[in-house]
Amino acid sequence: MDVTMHINGEEVTRDIEPRTLLVHHLRDNLGMTGTHWGCDTSNCGTCVVWVDGEPVKSCTTLAAMAGGHDVRTVEGLEVDGVLDPVQEGFIQCHGLQCGFCTPGMMMTARALLDRNPDPTEAEIREAISGQICRCTGYATIIRSILWAAAKERQDALDPAGSAS
Amino acid sequence: MQVPAPFEYERATSVDHAIALMERLGSEARIVAGGHSLLPMMKLRLATPEYLIDINDLSGELEYIRIGDGEVRIGALTRHRQLLESDELAAVLPIFRDAERVIADPVVRNRGTLGGSLCQADPAEDLSAVCDTVAAQCVIRGGAGERVVSMHEFHRGPYETAVGDGEMLTEIRIPIRPHSGSAYHKVERRAGDWAIASAGAAVTMDGDTIADGRVGLCAVGPNLTNVEPISAALRGQAPSEELYATVGQIAADNASPVADTRGTVAYKTHLAKELTIRSLRKAVARATGQG
Repeated sequence: MDVTMHINGEEVTRDIEPRTLLVHHLRDNLGMTGTHWGCDTSNCGTCVVWVDGEPVKSCTTLAAMAGGHDVRTVEGLEVDGVLDPVQEGFIQCHGLQCGFCTPGMMMTARALLDRNPDPTEAEIREAISGQICRCTGYATIIRSILWAAAKERQDALDPAGSAS
Repeated sequence: MQVPAPFEYERATSVDHAIALMERLGSEARIVAGGHSLLPMMKLRLATPEYLIDINDLSGELEYIRIGDGEVRIGALTRHRQLLESDELAAVLPIFRDAERVIADPVVRNRGTLGGSLCQADPAEDLSAVCDTVAAQCVIRGGAGERVVSMHEFHRGPYETAVGDGEMLTEIRIPIRPHSGSAYHKVERRAGDWAIASAGAAVTMDGDTIADGRVGLCAVGPNLTNVEPISAALRGQAPSEELYATVGQIAADNASPVADTRGTVAYKTHLAKELTIRSLRKAVARATGQG
């Protein structure tokens, strides 16, 4: 069946089997390997992408179900060579070691900050509670997200400063 | 790699269309909403439907929380997240927020639905116990029209519901009565896991005594979404720690958990008792304005 979806703003149509999971469609059909494929049981959260602005686990979503919808993946965080503050935060605060959980963590973090620009540590822990990291003990991931939140609040106060 | 067996995919444009598709496609058709129960079953090949009918476009018809005078109506496609975040629902039926805080994780709650959870009828699924605890009615629609069954009739046992071929669950109706309170407690191994055990309680007070009380258990045996002997023990009694202990023991006596990696029979039985006590205590506190 032909399935058309918007991925990071671009319309993409492919003839796929209905049983194709969104994570495999992204990775295997479209070569977008930024989204990782982990536990396959909706526990680990490395496959998190957005569908219509909300984080979902793409191993438990059919590509067909995303047809006609907007999908955003980790590849869509960086715009015109400028990293998203969440990506910057993960660099600044060593938010990753092996990097396997990172795409899902960053997509969830981005969604959190869009809804709540000044989250507490507890709110960040809750937001990423459906995702597993086996390297960091989460401490540096939380620090990275706090860093991004602080940066965005600062940029909002001082737009000229962020452009310079 | 876990991939479902092949199937044909249809997207419903209305509830009537979904029912017409099911009638045409027969018993091998299944409805998919959030997909967070059915797709894992399909990936494990425990479910192998030949046709999948996607109802995610039906949010206009099936995604709502309506608080009426004496009743709450919730559409079957309402997501866990909406059940968690609705202040209006939490004000009249706080048991939903109690439960939703500990159902899966925030990302899963974005997709998973009330109707999907109830229709999956997993023995460790929280919302069946929640809905039976608050005496919910389930609206089931088919080609011949609607029928309404109690949650107790709806949930026939593990993975079995009253929904027949060509039918779908469309709505849950819950009575709201003055001087009532409800609560839910769950113990899990880690954030987002299935319950080791959980218990919900709902009470309606008549002055200083309990006019009506219900307790539902989850993950400690089949057909415990409403433990009927507990209602009999609560009726007309004044709330007290002694009463809660008595009722907790009834919960333990009715529980029939199996030992697994989540815990021993003794541990789960203890939890059934203790979580019943805690939920009752909180439900009474809420009903009497102290919660």
